[in-house]
Amino acid sequence: MVTANKEATYNSAIEGDIVVTRLDAVINWIRSNSIWPMPMGLACCGIELMGAGGARFDIARFGAEVMRFSPRQSDCMIVAGTVTYKMAPHIRRIYDQMASPKWVIAMGACASTGGMYRSYSTMQGVDRILPVDVYISGCPPRPEAILDALIKMQEKIRREPSARMLFKEEYKG
Amino acid sequence: MSDAISETNTTATSGIVATLREKFPQSAEKITPRASADHPAVNVPADAAMAILTYLRDEHGYEMLSDLTAVDWAEGASPRFTVVWHLLSVTINPGVCLRVAADCASDTEPEMPSVADIWPAANWHERETFDMFGIVFTGHPDLRRILMWDGYPHHPLRKEFPLAGMDDELPDPEVEAETKARLVAAPMAGGPFVASTGNLNLAESEPRAKDQSWSEENPKAEGPKG
Ligand code: SF4
Repeated sequence: MVTANKEATYNSAIEGDIVVTRLDAVINWIRSNSIWPMPMGLACCGIELMGAGGARFDIARFGAEVMRFSPRQSDCMIVAGTVTYKMAPHIRRIYDQMASPKWVIAMGACASTGGMYRSYSTMQGVDRILPVDVYISGCPPRPEAILDALIKMQEKIRREPSARMLFKEEYKG
Repeated sequence: MSDAISETNTTATSGIVATLREKFPQSAEKITPRASADHPAVNVPADAAMAILTYLRDEHGYEMLSDLTAVDWAEGASPRFTVVWHLLSVTINPGVCLRVAADCASDTEPEMPSVADIWPAANWHERETFDMFGIVFTGHPDLRRILMWDGYPHHPLRKEFPLAGMDDELPDPEVEAETKARLVAAPMAGGPFVASTGNLNLAESEPRAKDQSWSEENPKAEGPKG
């Protein structure tokens, strides 16, 4: 929304109470600054996610402090931890219960690739069952990395053709 | 392990073996000392295991079952499965465990009486042993898998089960149909990764693949197995 072109910016003297912009920009601005995460804490990474939510790192600065433990109220699933095959279907079902639009962050080595668990019980990356938007490396990633991933995801959301997606069947959720 | 300690253990073991033989004369020849590097250990026959364990708990103060597990000796070995109970007395001799072991009679459908009635702690341990080894604990109040899901077809700690796992179906057919994801054998890439013990230089002792000549990008050279 912010542009260096003075002509295109809001001038109350000329335009009164009217702001002219693109629908995409408004929708994406709203969405990207109010992401309600679904904290899918499955293992040790969950602790670091709590750290990112605490006062020291304060994920609220980026508008994502409202951790919702109900999928129906959240729009970004943060998969924080080891995805076992036993747990995987439940994760997918929780994801399916989230309303569109929704995004997924795979946090840590385990959620991204299975990590050090090259074994019979661990799914080798949650992207086998979920469409992951951002991967975070680390075991566990530091809270700064989570914030960085969040900022990357906000950038991604701001590039989305949201207005067009509103009228597409598959996005109606 | 110093000689002094193993000597104490040998003495303790032979004491326990003598006591048990006296109390259970009909199984006397099957009650034997068991090789052990640390704690006293005895072998007992499976059919008398329940009576012996109850006796140890009631008369010798082993009021706590600190662990229950099993050994799979090898595919084709006989006896193949051995169940091991770790008993602890917190009143008489805390710090020394008594290890009691019994071989399962059947190598294909191993069974062992459940001790969940006399030590409630055994409940989940027996479920885990059942899950991992497929040993059925007769008389268990609720013998379901505990780590893997109901319906999983394998017992992962059996010797014939590969560490990487086997291709299989997801626990939930709906999710499998939706995502096309399945259980797949994990890429081992030269693993399992083992630490070299006794090496104080941590850079050298950290876990490494035994065979680093191949990886996911460079396939393993064809050759004799192992
Ligand atoms: S990536 Fe590391 S810290 Fe995170 S869940 Fe896996 S093992 Fe734990």
